[in-house]
Amino acid sequence: MEEAVTKPTKKGGARLCCICNQSRAALKRPKTLEQICKECFYEVFEEEIHQVIVDNQLFKPGERIAIGASGGKDSTVLACVLSELNRRHNYGLDLFLLSVDEGITGYRDDSLETVKRNEVQYGLPLKIVSYKDLYGWTMDEIVKMIGLKNNCTFCGVFRRQALDRGASLLKVDKVATGHNADDIAETVLLNILRGDIARLSRCTSIVTGEDGPIPRCKPFKYTYEKEIVIYPCSLKCSVVIEKFTYAYFKRLDYFSTECIYSPNAYRGFAREFIKDLERIRPRAILDIIKSGENFRISTSTKMPEQGTCQRCGYISSQKWCKACVLLEGLNRGLPKLGIGRSRGLNNDNKKEKDVTQSNGAKSIESKQCGTLDF
Amino acid sequence: MACDSSTCQSNCYKRQLVEEEPIASKSGDSNKQSVCVKCKAKEAVSGAGEDGRFCRECFRSNLYGKFKLAVTSNAMITPSDNVLVAFSGGPSSRVVLQFIHEMQQRAQKNFDASKDRSLPVFGVGVTYVDESAYHSVPSCEIDEAIEDIRSIVSNLAPPAKELHIVPIEGVFALDSLDCERERLKTLLDSVSDATGKEDLLLHLRMLTLQKRRSAAFDGVVQDVFTHKYLRLQVASENGYNRLVLGLCTSRIACHVITATVKGQGYSLPADIQYVDARWEVPVVLPLRDCLASELNMFCHLDGLKTLEFSNGPCSGINGLVSSFVKLLQEENPSRECTIVRTAGKLTPFHFNRIPELNDSNVPLATRRRQKRFNLKPSESICSESFCPLCFSPLSKSELLSLSSFESCQDYDILGAACSSCRFQIFPKDPSSMEHFYSVLPQPLLIRAKKCSNGNRSLLR
Repeated sequence: MEEAVTKPTKKGGARLCCICNQSRAALKRPKTLEQICKECFYEVFEEEIHQVIVDNQLFKPGERIAIGASGGKDSTVLACVLSELNRRHNYGLDLFLLSVDEGITGYRDDSLETVKRNEVQYGLPLKIVSYKDLYGWTMDEIVKMIGLKNNCTFCGVFRRQALDRGASLLKVDKVATGHNADDIAETVLLNILRGDIARLSRCTSIVTGEDGPIPRCKPFKYTYEKEIVIYPCSLKCSVVIEKFTYAYFKRLDYFSTECIYSPNAYRGFAREFIKDLERIRPRAILDIIKSGENFRISTSTKMPEQGTCQRCGYISSQKWCKACVLLEGLNRGLPKLGIGRSRGLNNDNKKEKDVTQSNGAKSIESKQCGTLDF
Repeated sequence: MACDSSTCQSNCYKRQLVEEEPIASKSGDSNKQSVCVKCKAKEAVSGAGEDGRFCRECFRSNLYGKFKLAVTSNAMITPSDNVLVAFSGGPSSRVVLQFIHEMQQRAQKNFDASKDRSLPVFGVGVTYVDESAYHSVPSCEIDEAIEDIRSIVSNLAPPAKELHIVPIEGVFALDSLDCERERLKTLLDSVSDATGKEDLLLHLRMLTLQKRRSAAFDGVVQDVFTHKYLRLQVASENGYNRLVLGLCTSRIACHVITATVKGQGYSLPADIQYVDARWEVPVVLPLRDCLASELNMFCHLDGLKTLEFSNGPCSGINGLVSSFVKLLQEENPSRECTIVRTAGKLTPFHFNRIPELNDSNVPLATRRRQKRFNLKPSESICSESFCPLCFSPLSKSELLSLSSFESCQDYDILGAACSSCRFQIFPKDPSSMEHFYSVLPQPLLIRAKKCSNGNRSLLR
């Protein structure tokens, strides 16, 4: 963090901003290492995102867009920037805030307060969907049952469905998430490391799920995480400024905004590597994304086919969607169900047996996966 | 009748005793008494083989088996070939040299034993690229290393193998060795990026390996890199038509990550296949399925001498990726294989297979004998453009962006290079470009001219 802001030199010969050549440079831009003043930074930050939206035709006038808001830095800045650009460039969008409550005490309750403040600050209607309502389980309860490994799998799978259900309730056309360049670069590396060729071919797309219930887009695809962190230190995001200025200057709470279960995730390897990489060559993050876009996958490679879940009707490549499988495991006290490699036919037969068994004896704890039509 | 339990084939009681050993040992000290999982006869050597424990012989035959399978299923070496092994002194190149030698020995034995002498024995040469000028290694260390290499190669006979020791600065083809060394230092010093410097050295190494090492070709500048694969008539018998590198799974896994990180996702599949025929002398990687740990263990078990040079640590991105992959491999021993398998699912290029052997020089028996189940002859060949520096194929978007560069038209090489080379190797400010251009080796400039002409014709 300290590298981003240049302290004024004692000699008095401070550099000028390389864009406007008038104001004194206040920071070195993480993406390009340019010396830049604050105003030019905000302008170039916002305009680059506007360019991404325009070049990729992310939105159409009159659309209803739900912003996946977790209260964290990415989604807060996204809400701030999108509402600003919507106004400045007349996108003509109806924006909403959509938040998911996973039920992680000490983490999620704090960030939900931030989202509620955003609702007031930006005047964007807010909808909160919770795991407890949808699935009957909070993340804390899940972790108590399955331990500290594989909990990210549960949370991620459940959140994806939760976002879609919330989006359906709001009747929006698209969901915009705050995934930034660092996230996507990490995902590309993770998919290479884990051998997931199907995901590798999809993960760099800026719009995903067009053939599913609700398409999602990532306007921050080319935006660096470091720049998103610096951005709120303007007067525009005044609601959030207390939290982030504190984080910025004290360099403490920056890490408290991360999920308390995240240190055990495999993604941590990729994240550490990318942080080291960024120090040597900042443009490497964009280069990873570019490589991911340029990967050509043989058509002969076997790809999963898309169908629907037999239990809840959600989009799925298997007989049951992942959320239903995981939920079944939780409700029956089999935490490993759905985790790890499936062995093909044998497992499918096993799942069918499970389906018939569970249909026969409907347990009170397992909730039906909603009554929404997909 | 007394029998030695390890070689006895009959089901006598002693064999049963040996088989019961692993069950007993599992409850006890499993590290020392475990038995080879393959032959279940001999004691396993710890570290030999992936999860299982092999005995020395089974480990050896497993490793050689992987090598042999790669060679035959990709038609890497045919009896009429002249194979050049690039020897760096490290364990991978030592093993590949050893295996190629053994393969050649077997072919020679068959040749001597056969009546009609229909299948000739392929020729093998060895080359060592001396990069000491750049790394400033003390000359006594170099001389000792070269002596070691000479003795290694001379011991791998019969059949005898020619050894070529080539200094990397020879690629400049100047009057004196000192001039060439100066030129090499100047060129590498003008590259500011540490990773770019390392990569440029690699490109020069490949350039050196590709040059024909025969008297007829010294001093003659060759026009060797075109889109079509013109086979030059080789004046002398020393012409080689295969270049063998000891690249193993571990190094390839590192290359997958470094290429991704440098934005070379389009060209990555070209470098990691068994066969790379875009060069004048096609490059083959018979050890592609072997892990570095296996090759290290093999050298240790078989007492093969390897050489290590004090080149200093790899800095920049290459070193970072190397330690990252090492960390991942420690966390999960099959990680390197997974990385290479994933990258193997990316579409290779049309030059990633041996060109059709339609020469009448190749015996019909050989052509029939090739196990070519990996080759699809019906695929259409579309021409690719290449970066003159790293010779990686250029994607359509890169070609389009090159055509819009107006200032690059002054220098062919800049107007045809991939974006990665333009970023990490070429100088940042245009004023240094002239100096940089003046210290590039001649073969690269000729390649650049060809490539930029090709690019322009493709875009019309």
